[in-house]
Amino acid sequence: MDNSKEKKLKLFAANVRKLVIEAVYSAQSGHPGGSLSSADIFSYLYGDKLRVDPLNPEDPKRDRFVLSKGHCAPGLYAALSHRGFFDTCKIKEFRQCGSMLQGHPCRACVPGVDMSTGSLGQGISAAVGMAMMGKLDGASYRVYALMGDGELQEGQVWEAQMSAAHYKLDNLTAFIDFNGLQIDGKTDDVMSLGSIEAKTRAFGWHTIMIDGHDFSQIEAAVEEAEKTKGQPTMIVAKTHKGKGVSFMEDQAGWHGKAPNQEQYEMAMAELDAALAALEVEA
Amino acid sequence: MTKMATREAYGKALVEFGKDPNIVVLDADLSKSTFTMLFQKEYPERHFNMGIAEANMMSVAAGMSTCGKTVFASTFAIFAAERALEQVRNSICYPNLNVKVCATHAGISVGEDGASHQCVEDLAIMRAIPNMRVISPCDAASTRLAIRAAIETPGPFYVRLGRLSVEGVYGEYGDETEFTIGKANTIREGKDITIIATGLMVQQSLGAAEILKEKGIDARVLDMHTIKPIDTDAVEKASKETGAIVTVEEHNILGGLGGAVAEAAAETTPCIMKRVGMRDTFGKSGKPEGLLKIYGLTAEDIAIEVEKTYARKMSLAK
Ligand SMILES: Cc1ncc(C[n+]2csc(CCOP(=O)(O)OP(=O)(O)O)c2C)c(N)n1
Ligand SMILES: [Mg+2]
Repeated sequence: MDNSKEKKLKLFAANVRKLVIEAVYSAQSGHPGGSLSSADIFSYLYGDKLRVDPLNPEDPKRDRFVLSKGHCAPGLYAALSHRGFFDTCKIKEFRQCGSMLQGHPCRACVPGVDMSTGSLGQGISAAVGMAMMGKLDGASYRVYALMGDGELQEGQVWEAQMSAAHYKLDNLTAFIDFNGLQIDGKTDDVMSLGSIEAKTRAFGWHTIMIDGHDFSQIEAAVEEAEKTKGQPTMIVAKTHKGKGVSFMEDQAGWHGKAPNQEQYEMAMAELDAALAALEVEA
Repeated sequence: MTKMATREAYGKALVEFGKDPNIVVLDADLSKSTFTMLFQKEYPERHFNMGIAEANMMSVAAGMSTCGKTVFASTFAIFAAERALEQVRNSICYPNLNVKVCATHAGISVGEDGASHQCVEDLAIMRAIPNMRVISPCDAASTRLAIRAAIETPGPFYVRLGRLSVEGVYGEYGDETEFTIGKANTIREGKDITIIATGLMVQQSLGAAEILKEKGIDARVLDMHTIKPIDTDAVEKASKETGAIVTVEEHNILGGLGGAVAEAAAETTPCIMKRVGMRDTFGKSGKPEGLLKIYGLTAEDIAIEVEKTYARKMSLAK
């Protein structure tokens, strides 16, 4: 990845992280941890990869993205609004009465949201359905999905993986945000996942392990997925929950908690400093 | 008239209306039983077996429908409405997607497989989900029309189908005036009491009306093929004109047809009522006809309940 593209994506991600904190702070509710751990994946997709058009969000030819871990809606809304699907000032209305920004993604409410999610395990199946129809119609769009590592404890995820391999969905690329945490603590303490890599491989997916905060690695993996024929690709992205806000990093406690005013100011100061440093570099 | 199970009529309707390239059909390793195999033979590229994974199937159907498809998803009622309930609710109904859940082997007339396979709760469960329409046709002709109506009406549907071959009520090719979603069909006029039935209880109720005629009771019979939206006007009219209603369903008496009719009557014109159905109990193995006897769902049983209800109406009128 060339320097200017990486710079562009880092700036996109810095803005996404700020919008995530803004959303959760305004609502005094929501899920910052997983939104921040996925911020670089959201930013790569909406800042560069996806062939989507904010002026024509329903274009049948568009690439699809399904946020299977729907609780990370702040991250998705941040990326969509930063990409221009709706005004970033709406982010402050997240989770409020009358707002289009529901607590979990609602496809009928928000332009650019391809599937309503929130109940873990279902989004990956919907993405499988979209990819199957892409094949049936001979369409050129690609389908992306993002799951949590805790989400893998849902049996439906494995049903979905089996069906994607069976139907040879090489137009489907899924990410696992492998941050090692869920609500009650470490995934390995709550319900061990064993080797995610070995499991997804055994389920017939081309599997790539990456650092989920490194744009070159994200891009290389996505491009490898595009070249992979006859099977879907799983990108297992090692991440840090809460990434970018030091006091939230790798803390299960920040899964679904809003910062108070003091914490908000600390978080914003850190994110603003990171953004300013990037802008100086540029 | 030839007998046919509503599940078979469903498979035939899929073939008849399935020329539309936007129609796709999913099944979960039961295509021979649900009769989606008929569609599979005709249009193999648009039929997808999802294996024994009903939860995945429902969410896959939802994803497909976002790509502009009319998606039929079939399995047994117990697995469609209960194993995959939350997927039907969150993946299909909440986003209001164009998925038709066509569930076969509903009720106790499944027979020998027994209680694990006899779904007697689906009407109540599916009816409680916002955006969902619930249809329960009684014969082959009305099943065909129900499937056509479901294709023509965007949004989620639950269509309840049976395993057992049943007599035709409407004739081999009923015309379209005989099936409007949300509009009950009066299939027998009567002034003393109204029997409101759904599914294969319509045939049994017609039999009951014949028995009652000999006893001097003139029973009206309604085919309430749409459980949701329930035909409130027809219920109100029955209440006003006949003063007593007996509902009959091959389903728990809690929350299904009886529940829906009671709610409609209570909010319009209340009257004497009796719910005939499974009395909050699971089914058992046996021949379907034998089971209908055990659980009081034959024409003779229905006639007895109607007669008692009519007597209650008459004693109150004194
Ligand atoms: C079916 C279901 N069960 C439970 C929940 C409640 N829930 C929301 S987030 C979450 C933990 C998710 O952990 P993970 O998938 O690892 O997400 P991340 O760490 O990326 O936030 C749980 C249990 C849910 N949304 N859906
Ligand atoms: Mg996690």
